[in-house]
Amino acid sequence: MHPVLKTVLQRLGLGLLTLFVVSVLIFASLELLPGGFAEAILGQGATPETVAAFNREIGLDRPATVRYLEWIGGVLHGDFGYSYAGLGGKIKQSVSDLIAPRLYNTFFLAIMTAIVAVPLSLILGILAALYRNSWYDRIVNSTTLTTIATPEFFIAYLLMFFFAIKNKWFYSLSTVSDSTDLIEHMYRAALPAITLTLVIVAHMMRMTRAALINLLASPYMEMAQLKGVPRREAIVKHALPNAWAPIATVIAFNLAYLVVGVVVVEVVFVYPGIGQLMVDSVSSRNMPVVQACALIFAATYILLNLLADIVSIITNPRLLHPK
Amino acid sequence: MTAAPDTRNVRARRSFLENAKRTLATAPFSAWFGMIIILIYVIAAVFAPLIAPYGEAEVVGKAYQPAGAQFWLGTDQIGRDLFSRLIYGARNTIGIAFFTTLISFAVGGTLGVLTALKRGWLDQAISRVVDAFLAIPVLIFALMLLAVFGKSILNLILILALLDSTRVFRLARATALDVVVMDYVEAAKLRGERMGWIIFKEVLPNIMPPMITEFGLRFCFVFLTISALSFLGVGIQPPTADWGSMVAESKTLITFPVPKFPWIPAPFYPAIAIALLTVAINFVVDWFLHKTSGLRDEK
Repeated sequence: MHPVLKTVLQRLGLGLLTLFVVSVLIFASLELLPGGFAEAILGQGATPETVAAFNREIGLDRPATVRYLEWIGGVLHGDFGYSYAGLGGKIKQSVSDLIAPRLYNTFFLAIMTAIVAVPLSLILGILAALYRNSWYDRIVNSTTLTTIATPEFFIAYLLMFFFAIKNKWFYSLSTVSDSTDLIEHMYRAALPAITLTLVIVAHMMRMTRAALINLLASPYMEMAQLKGVPRREAIVKHALPNAWAPIATVIAFNLAYLVVGVVVVEVVFVYPGIGQLMVDSVSSRNMPVVQACALIFAATYILLNLLADIVSIITNPRLLHPK
Repeated sequence: MTAAPDTRNVRARRSFLENAKRTLATAPFSAWFGMIIILIYVIAAVFAPLIAPYGEAEVVGKAYQPAGAQFWLGTDQIGRDLFSRLIYGARNTIGIAFFTTLISFAVGGTLGVLTALKRGWLDQAISRVVDAFLAIPVLIFALMLLAVFGKSILNLILILALLDSTRVFRLARATALDVVVMDYVEAAKLRGERMGWIIFKEVLPNIMPPMITEFGLRFCFVFLTISALSFLGVGIQPPTADWGSMVAESKTLITFPVPKFPWIPAPFYPAIAIALLTVAINFVVDWFLHKTSGLRDEK
């Protein structure tokens, strides 16, 4: 087998294994609670009968392995079970129905951010690496350091204050519904997207700069310079082929970071995404929803990192031409 | 015969204080700025009850009073003094983040060094579990665990310390692996030193610089995560003063400004307090990194 294919398959297998272990971790977190989940929810005064009834209601009376297999089997079919809210009543609320529209909103926001943030930060980062120690580099460096150190909600509120309250250019709250058309959706999601872009660009630019500077300092670049290769050609022919892997890692890492960043930003702008749903469900301890959200976030995160791994394997010139 | 120079007062090594002085003299402006800010925060956190004019959760006036001589930054939504709460917030937020980081380093650091020394199945087992933990973003995992265990400060500290210790473990193990192959560790083993000695006297001092840098960065991360969780309403609970939840409590002032008051900056004070501290720590860590590792990214 070609070594590249072999490594890619190995990495894929490892990714799937991680996904499995993570799903077990997410599922098992409920079992870790001393005294059981029912007691924690119902409080000290709960009689054994109420506890038993509650456990039967949410299916906690059966063995954990059986429940895990049922849960993961359902998840693979896109069925995350039923929300605790309204569980006792006639109308059961399916977690999948709850999540589906919000998942679309969240991905909408994430993709919108990524389309702007990825090219912007790559260009800024590459320029900062090429002209390092210039004024441009220093200004960009200190600006991004400040942005990284600032909590997302602060940036979000600053933007909201200046662009939605002082100057009424955007809506301060990004309420969207199914009937919102695409352009309107983009307009309403603009402020959250700008917030996320600022945060992501800061991270991604710094990492791109660091990766490239590392690369430019390597001996073969010095060699190229010494043997008289023009700078432009040295960068395109010698540096760039080796730069794809670190750049792919940087992009994936930051898109994965984006997945987490949406939680806070969605809450600030009351954007109906999956992050807000998760926070609400944590407050009401609605475990099926929390677990479903956690699994989706974790899976996205793992898949993005896996993708970066595979890109860096495929573009690695040393692996492509085995001895 | 020439008199031998008086060597009694010549010390071979500079004292810690002298070393510190010499190092500080070379510190750049940004590092000085960072250190002064951190010092101010620490003083505010330690002496909070002495500095704050009013109590932490004491209602001392009407809601939303403007800043003035009586209330330096005005009052919040139920009439508590904002300045006092900001200072108590330093104590709570920084204190909790500091203890969390301390625990995570105690657990993660010790385990990391231990597994690097021992290797074997224990190393494999712990490393695989840690890999799985690393595959889930901290904020997401923390949210989920808080849903299971319920919101309380103790739970918050333990959960974040657990999640953070996996990151510390990774670094401690990786750096310790370089050290445990050194001859002096081998010599200590042959001397028959106990495990505790080898960990604390041989390995730990040699992985200290990267670990201290990491401590600064992890502290920032924990601090920001706690602020974010509190802001989301699942971290530190009221009436405890905390910067994250203080922003959340007064956030309506931004979205729905009261017409009578042109602008109440209440939500911005705690947010600025958070940002300033993290920037300050980052400055100091940058400088420290530069000093200890000789890591210069421009060459």
